[in-house]
Amino acid sequence: MTKQKLVVIGAGMASGRMLENLTEGAPDAWDVTLFNAEPRGNYNRIMLSPVLSGEKSYAEIVTHDAAWYEDKGVTCRFGERVIAIDRAAKTVTGEQGTVAYDKLVIASGSNPFMIPLPGHDLDGVIAYRDLEDTNRMIDIAGNPEAKVVVIGGGLLGLEAAAGLRLRGVDVTVVHIAGHLMERQLDEAAGYLLRRALVDKGITIKCGANSKEILGENGKVKALLLDDGTELPCDLLVMAVGIRPNTALAKESGLAVGRGIHVDDQMVTSDADILAVGECVEHDGAIFGLVAPLYDQATVAAKTLMGQGASFVQKELSTKLKVTGCDLFSAGDFVDGEGREDIVFRDPARGVYKRLVIESNRVIGAVFYGDTTDSSWFFGLIRDKTDISEMRETLIFGPNMQGASVDPMQAVAALPADTEICGCNGVCKGRIVEAIEAGATTLAEVRAQTKASGSCGTCTGLVEQVMAVTLGDAFQMPAAASICGCTDLTHEDVRRLIKSQELKSQDAVWQQLSWKTPNGCHVCRPAINYYLLADWPLEYRDDPQSRFVNERNHANIQKDGTYSVVPRMWGGITTANELRAIADAADKYNVPTVKVTGGQRIDLLGVRKEDLPAIWYDLNQAGMVSGHAYSKGLRTVKTCVGKDHCRFGTQDSTGLGIKLEKLLWGSWTPHKVKLGVSGCPRNCAEATCKDVGIVCVDSGYEVSVAGAAGMDVRETELLGKVATEAEAIELTTAFIQLYRENAKYLDRGYKWVAKVGLDWVKEQVVDDLENRAALIARFELSQSIYRKDPWAEHAVQADKYQPLADLTLEAAE
Amino acid sequence: MSWIDVGHIDDIPLRGARLVKTVQGCVALFRTGPEEVFAASDTCPHKGGPLSEGIIHGKQVTCPLHNWVFSLETGDAQGADQGHIQTYPLRLEAGRLMLDGAALAKRSAA
Repeated sequence: MTKQKLVVIGAGMASGRMLENLTEGAPDAWDVTLFNAEPRGNYNRIMLSPVLSGEKSYAEIVTHDAAWYEDKGVTCRFGERVIAIDRAAKTVTGEQGTVAYDKLVIASGSNPFMIPLPGHDLDGVIAYRDLEDTNRMIDIAGNPEAKVVVIGGGLLGLEAAAGLRLRGVDVTVVHIAGHLMERQLDEAAGYLLRRALVDKGITIKCGANSKEILGENGKVKALLLDDGTELPCDLLVMAVGIRPNTALAKESGLAVGRGIHVDDQMVTSDADILAVGECVEHDGAIFGLVAPLYDQATVAAKTLMGQGASFVQKELSTKLKVTGCDLFSAGDFVDGEGREDIVFRDPARGVYKRLVIESNRVIGAVFYGDTTDSSWFFGLIRDKTDISEMRETLIFGPNMQGASVDPMQAVAALPADTEICGCNGVCKGRIVEAIEAGATTLAEVRAQTKASGSCGTCTGLVEQVMAVTLGDAFQMPAAASICGCTDLTHEDVRRLIKSQELKSQDAVWQQLSWKTPNGCHVCRPAINYYLLADWPLEYRDDPQSRFVNERNHANIQKDGTYSVVPRMWGGITTANELRAIADAADKYNVPTVKVTGGQRIDLLGVRKEDLPAIWYDLNQAGMVSGHAYSKGLRTVKTCVGKDHCRFGTQDSTGLGIKLEKLLWGSWTPHKVKLGVSGCPRNCAEATCKDVGIVCVDSGYEVSVAGAAGMDVRETELLGKVATEAEAIELTTAFIQLYRENAKYLDRGYKWVAKVGLDWVKEQVVDDLENRAALIARFELSQSIYRKDPWAEHAVQADKYQPLADLTLEAAE
Repeated sequence: MSWIDVGHIDDIPLRGARLVKTVQGCVALFRTGPEEVFAASDTCPHKGGPLSEGIIHGKQVTCPLHNWVFSLETGDAQGADQGHIQTYPLRLEAGRLMLDGAALAKRSAA
């Protein structure tokens, strides 16, 4: 059978989903050519907001890359605009030539609507629509003085403003209506949202009419309002809405209203041409949210495969993707005859809930501040449930409705076509299929269905579906919070400190709603570390948030005395140093002198009051703190290498010294130990260290993630390099990656097990640019933190003495 | 009561502690807020850990050896642990830290 020719115009979310369904359902039936004006495949456009705010990277939101299309045999013509459709000849002409089709699918999406204000064509006036716009906004955030004006207080405008604000930009939102998101929210909820955004530092002007965009030398300078107010800006973002992109369809003579007319099978006025996505008009409606686009994609694929399917418009709900603003809106909530309101208000908690009831059915809902039960309410709207029986307690949610207190039961009762993941349009049935086909972990379900793979807000729901489907076979992973002071996990907090630019402990306690005034002994050392790792220049290390060993720069022993370990670079020492250590041991009555496992000398049993003095003496002899107490670089163990050993291949001792001099003083999530061996006989035991280097004839084998403590682990090879310089670079980049990403108190091997060695390799071995950036960030941090704490504290001897001595007075 | 001036509040770092030596051993002064200091025994009843070296959070201190947590207001161990540390009256006068010598003396009698 010869393949039919299918041409698709546009590689957006609807088109991606349709091709996915088609290549799955009829892998060999079609010869597909795909045109896309953007020079890339399909990404999840609704996730641009997290990219803007820095909570996700572009790579994380790609859904179908060039390789995916190639794998499915789709001929991609990316970066090529379509010029014309010839319906009589059944051809599509792009900038590079003409292709014939048997069936054509138009998925040309929509264009952002630009208000034709004077000055709208100035440089620096952009929409918020694609990756280019997003990158423009990210770029402007690099300038600390930058000001941005956003026209439009709808979903898109507010997400743009919040994202920019998170990047530290001075943002003003100009909105023509009296309250924000007036199409989705009533006035009361709009007010609460406004208050929350103002608290985040965003300036909001409602009821504001834009008059003119002012420029200078062809570049935007300010926005002028009707009332004469001038708002200076370096970038102006217009986020006022979208218009279906119908130009091609119109020129080819298809029936077009506001969008391209389609029937329930997504077929246009030409039987061989279908249309899906934001460019279509169905039964008078046009579409901007993702759920109906995916429904359309599914229907279009079935139509092409000759299976009957009909597109039905459903109730839609909206959530705002702004961290810290919980907002949900669905259905119709405009006042009207025969409609009644149930309103719940708790201004102190910032919670507002409103239900609109008509003929004993919920037809609209607006929630602000507490959206936990929103999917249950949305179900009531969608299923037109009669609520007369539960009206009295309705507003309090499903837990107040008698028997149905068990959320598992509620999930079990959901019909198969209930949408679980809004971002990827995955319904419960698809997840159940994946589980029945063998997926037993969240990661597997995510890989097979894409559910919870984008914004992740549905992860809990997906896990519940897994729990009811798998029964006892499924163990709900407990996302452990750091401690009782917060519900957030370490990973959440690390991400939020970066994305919200939290640069002090107080900022963390306030912005992340800590339950205690200043944390506890579990979270405070972690937060202190995260802040100094992420903001080495801005944050000031807090000794009171460190464990006793780090605060006193020595290890506390069971009797309250301390042990002192001076650094011996790469395990090398001198007669003078040994003499100084021996003198110190005599002078301060050190009861025990021990050689440690890391090739150093430990002076055990020093009294706290004597610490500054013994440090001073050791400093005088040229020795600095060995950080034997620290969550930081401890030792670099070495063998003698080629200078003395008949098997040694490289200067392993020299490399150890270089590494130790480079890395010392850097605080890390947990202790870090290195080893460098001169040959595979591995006398330095490098293969059970956090980073181990084994020198061989042809160069250096750098391996990571070993351990010889509570767990014993052999290292895994990170990379093999020819030169010493590269070995040092790989080591430094790996340690910085660990510093920036690991959870506090996770040793390197635990962290690598979590993120995967392949990911680590991508970051530090394959991506040279990223490797250099990691090293640069490490060096920046070291410009502050590579210092000897002994030297600083040796001159603060009084701090190590009692505040007062009352022994005489009390005796009197 | 006989109040003894033992130092200035700023001699103790915020959320830090300093010791006062007495004939019966050390008393620890814990600074929990800009204008808030508590006096209590320095010794954890569990294994004798020096509480003045612990992390101070809220109005509590965590022993640096095995993480027992004590309320500085009541002296009681928090959570599942059973134990108590002696607390002592302390007055702040224009930033000066005043310990009650009589209460400290009673310590020896007890």
